[in-house]
Amino acid sequence: MKRVALSGNYAVAYAVKMADVDVIAAYPITPQTPIVEKLSEFVADGLLDAEYINVESEHSALSACIGSSLTGARTFTATSSQGLAYMHEVLFMASSLRTSIVMANVNRALSHPLNIWNDHSDAMAERDVGWIQFWVNSVQEAFDATIQAFKIAEEVLLPVMINLDGFILSHINEVLILPDEELVREFIPSKPLFNRLSPKLAYTIGVVGPPEYYYEMRYQIIDAIERSRKNINEVNREFGELFGRTYGNISTYMMEDADYALITMGAVSSTAKIVVDSLRKEGEKVGLISIRCFRPFPKNDIIEVFEDVKSIGVLDRALTPGGIGHPLFTEIVTTLYDSSKIIPVQSFVGGLGGRDITIDDFKQMYKIIKDVGLSGRRKPCIYIGLRE
Amino acid sequence: MKSWKELPIGAMIIEPGNSIEYNVAQWRVFRPVLDKNKCTKCGLCWIFCPEGAIVRNEDESYEVNLSFCKGCGICQRSCNVKAITMIKEEGL
Repeated sequence: MKRVALSGNYAVAYAVKMADVDVIAAYPITPQTPIVEKLSEFVADGLLDAEYINVESEHSALSACIGSSLTGARTFTATSSQGLAYMHEVLFMASSLRTSIVMANVNRALSHPLNIWNDHSDAMAERDVGWIQFWVNSVQEAFDATIQAFKIAEEVLLPVMINLDGFILSHINEVLILPDEELVREFIPSKPLFNRLSPKLAYTIGVVGPPEYYYEMRYQIIDAIERSRKNINEVNREFGELFGRTYGNISTYMMEDADYALITMGAVSSTAKIVVDSLRKEGEKVGLISIRCFRPFPKNDIIEVFEDVKSIGVLDRALTPGGIGHPLFTEIVTTLYDSSKIIPVQSFVGGLGGRDITIDDFKQMYKIIKDVGLSGRRKPCIYIGLRE
Repeated sequence: MKSWKELPIGAMIIEPGNSIEYNVAQWRVFRPVLDKNKCTKCGLCWIFCPEGAIVRNEDESYEVNLSFCKGCGICQRSCNVKAITMIKEEGL
């Protein structure tokens, strides 16, 4: 174990190396490129015994990963933004063929206009593809989630996507604890996985699903991702025992006695925590919830912390044009509906295409959440920092 | 039919060659009828049939496996001595 300073991208690359992956197929795209650059270095230098497949596109990268994962090889890829969008149709196949692919998605805005900076529109556009989705708040979390992802993916036979904020996490150096490689191997041993593409089995894979079968095959994904909740909790507990760090499906800050809560995802939670600290000093009972596991959505964890909250704000960093609400807002409101609690929820949008969300922005959000709590009436979505 | 719990994951087909259980006879509109008196046993229909639905018997005579014949009529077109006639199913 050692303490080192690494960028989010390199932390993921080191985690993949320690996981002793067998196959990497990837195509470079900003801001993800340093992950696969570092991994190609590891392979070229003989530090990682893996097949590194150079492909001509993200569509091909994920297709190669599917074939690899079906042979039972531990498989990794990484992408961002347009790359993830280009994988779109293959994402469905990776989950419905029940692969165990692990992918780092370094969150970046989608065109147009062309923008390489951070928001959450790429992964939010892929909510319904049947992948497990993690969102991390720090470089350490990026490393840890990658290690956990392999174990979960291989247990439940569903692919896992780890989302880390472009530049804000991917290119920022943070100090993290890098565990010994032996400890990672103990957690995820390099064992042969279920090989379905073996000539010994003579299975047909990638078939036509006529109306008599398609529905049942798709329902299997619903069943698998619902059952994965148990595996995710168990893997997290085992991880805690070995490495001394655990993460819930959500992380909460000052929520024990909070009246007013804000819900965020990703690295922006760190800025929000600073604001919570300063507002607490002024006597405001504010708290923060950060969603770590977005798919499957941690409904029950959220209902528990909402027990005594008077009002909630939800910060979305992606848009659902023409929808009733933006992606995270819709999930939260649906969660509340199922819990039969009536708490006003205020929708916010901010930080699109790399626009900073400042401490003052968060102060403004908490003020509005309090106003909504006192009046009991929410306003239409507020677009933080938008020039009117 | 099998429930979602009973079906293999990922829509895998785990029994090789199971298309033999899939009866496609109802696809057919025209049925090939072979006149054994005209047949010279040349085997052209057996070669050309895209479904392998023409069966060669031990005595080198031929017949049609109607479970797999889709009634395309290629055998009729390939027969030089016009020993095969396509007859509408409902007329039979």
